[in-house]
Amino acid sequence: MPSKEIAGTTIDVNEEGFLTDRSQWNKDVAAALASEEGIELTDEHWKVIDFIEADYAEKQAIPGMRRMNKVGGIPTKDLYRLFPNGPIKKAARISGYPKPASCV
Amino acid sequence: MSDEPIKKVSIIVSKGSLEGVYPGLIMANGARMEGIEANLFFTFFGLHAIVKKKMNNLKVATVGNPALCVPDAMGMAMPTILGAIPGMSAFATMMMKKEMEKIDIPPVDEFVEMISDAGGKIYACKATVDMFKLKDEDFCPQMDGVLTVGDFYEMSAGSQIIFT
Repeated sequence: MPSKEIAGTTIDVNEEGFLTDRSQWNKDVAAALASEEGIELTDEHWKVIDFIEADYAEKQAIPGMRRMNKVGGIPTKDLYRLFPNGPIKKAARISGYPKPASCV
Repeated sequence: MSDEPIKKVSIIVSKGSLEGVYPGLIMANGARMEGIEANLFFTFFGLHAIVKKKMNNLKVATVGNPALCVPDAMGMAMPTILGAIPGMSAFATMMMKKEMEKIDIPPVDEFVEMISDAGGKIYACKATVDMFKLKDEDFCPQMDGVLTVGDFYEMSAGSQIIFT
């Protein structure tokens, strides 16, 4: 299991770069993971991250696109704009969660 | 050297049953979610998936479907002749839609909109449009255009073509 130095702390990640211990996650880690994807986090990004965090606490799963739309109130177009080329996968990684395990 | 990742897919949807349409939609949406460019091409009865009046009324084919089981997908095999009983298709459709709803698979109109919002392109087959005598206003607003098979191949340059 590789570990790496990021945002002044050490995090454990799997081969695909997803955190394996969410207790190591904080806002600075999120910002550093985002910049690896070429994303600078804005309030709009944080709205997505906050929703994933709240929904994961409830369901123990990353919300799919439809749940992001209907429950999170975040339109599909916005998600693709904020996290280009793989919105939910990238948002999950930046939020410190495992890779989404859903087909939709 | 690792294999080259897929960059672009062209998915052909040729069947108009519920189970004929969803795999193509799921694959197109899944492609966009991975950052893969996706074009959907609807042909023959598959075209029903983007026709306003038809798209939310697609049915599971119960006649000639030996895979059907009762009371659910992993239950006892259903004798195929029962598939022809009136109302059987509506019933199987209702059951399947209920299960899809549970795992957040959207209804067809919503799914097509989601794929379109995700940057996927939605095309209708020219031969079928002519054969079914369809007009622009018959289609859902996400339909990007009517293509000939030649246009389709041209647009699919560099992509993997998937026929469903």
